[in-house]
Amino acid sequence: MSALASLLRRELALAWGRGGGPLFACAFYAGVATLLPLASSPEPQRLASLATGAAFATLALASLLSLERLFERDYEDGALDLLTLGDAPLEAVAAVKCLAQWLATGAPLALLAPVIAVALGAEPRFAPMIFASSLLAGLGFAFVGGAGAALALGAKRGGVLIAVIVLPLFVPSVVFGAGAIDALASGLDWRPGLVLLLAYCLAAVGLTPFAMAAGVRNALG
Amino acid sequence: MITGLVIESLAVERGGRRLFADFDLTLRAGEAVALTGANGAGKTSLLRAVAGLIRPLAGIVRFQGAAGAVEAEDARSAGLHLLGHHDGLKTTRTAWEELSFWSAWMGPAAGGLERAVEAFELAPLLDLEVRRLSAGQRRRLALARLAASPRSLWLLDEPLAPLDAARRARFGGLMAEHLSGGGLILAAVHDPLPIPARAAVIGEAA
Repeated sequence: MSALASLLRRELALAWGRGGGPLFACAFYAGVATLLPLASSPEPQRLASLATGAAFATLALASLLSLERLFERDYEDGALDLLTLGDAPLEAVAAVKCLAQWLATGAPLALLAPVIAVALGAEPRFAPMIFASSLLAGLGFAFVGGAGAALALGAKRGGVLIAVIVLPLFVPSVVFGAGAIDALASGLDWRPGLVLLLAYCLAAVGLTPFAMAAGVRNALG
Repeated sequence: MITGLVIESLAVERGGRRLFADFDLTLRAGEAVALTGANGAGKTSLLRAVAGLIRPLAGIVRFQGAAGAVEAEDARSAGLHLLGHHDGLKTTRTAWEELSFWSAWMGPAAGGLERAVEAFELAPLLDLEVRRLSAGQRRRLALARLAASPRSLWLLDEPLAPLDAARRARFGGLMAEHLSGGGLILAAVHDPLPIPARAAVIGEAA
């Protein structure tokens, strides 16, 4: 267990270390969100109707950014070889890496999501809900994205391949997450959306480590 | 604890090309084998097949322990070290962070880190980022993992290449100590090992 804990610490340190990857993801998120009013219309009324949906869709895009390095870095420098020789199964290694991805990148993005939604014109009282569903969706993005990253491991132009594999799989979390916020805004029951989002995330956490381990073994062999 | 390694009629194919076939090797506790062969003969692939990283085309790799056969999965998760061309060290982390992480991952031993630092003279390097190390220093850091986490089978791929003469001799002493403690060493080399080792040649038939 302590080996997995030290792997988590190492992953977090690498994510936040030199280069500050999560900050780039946040900057990208803010940048794309800034383009939106320029591209559509700066009219507050129209913008406000788009705000939460746009914040959620761009969150999904920003979550893609650092996925390419999730396994690739350890694959290139041989660390993945050695990680398979530890006491912990490869499935656990993959899960810990995705958990670190969520904590290092997903959580800062989730903090930024309500700021962006409010800046685009969403009502500030929805901010906690936007944060909660973004944080939860980020967990799903990290694990489903990890599966894509493991499948694309060793492929040329892996980053684009990951995006193509993973974006369709992000659909449920975008639908449920943005739907829950929308329901709250329209005074409907927001719980079903959030519960479905939770179910999606739990399924991702439970199932994708097996896919990731298989993908990694395939790439190494 | 692994006390024996048996490789029977192993065949490995990489990228559609047969590297070697019908390779047999038996390694017992206290024995070292120096594996030689031309570039591209499959030395690295053999070590990776023993470590379970690549699936052989045919043949079998068996591990033995003091109390009979050991499951390959158990042997690989607790009984062997692999040192390859790619050492898995992160360039932006310090030598100490990397050594202590890998020691924790491979199964720490009481006093193992201190022994490893002393054996490979790493003390002045510990605060440096890995990218600041020279090739030889970096290799010493990679090798230090062998001393930090005791595992009986060492699979070494060109372990000596970047080391200077004094460090080679010193590592030779460490290998001899490992063997006398019941360890096993399978090393792919071009230069002779600084310890008595049985020779095995790979890829002659091809």
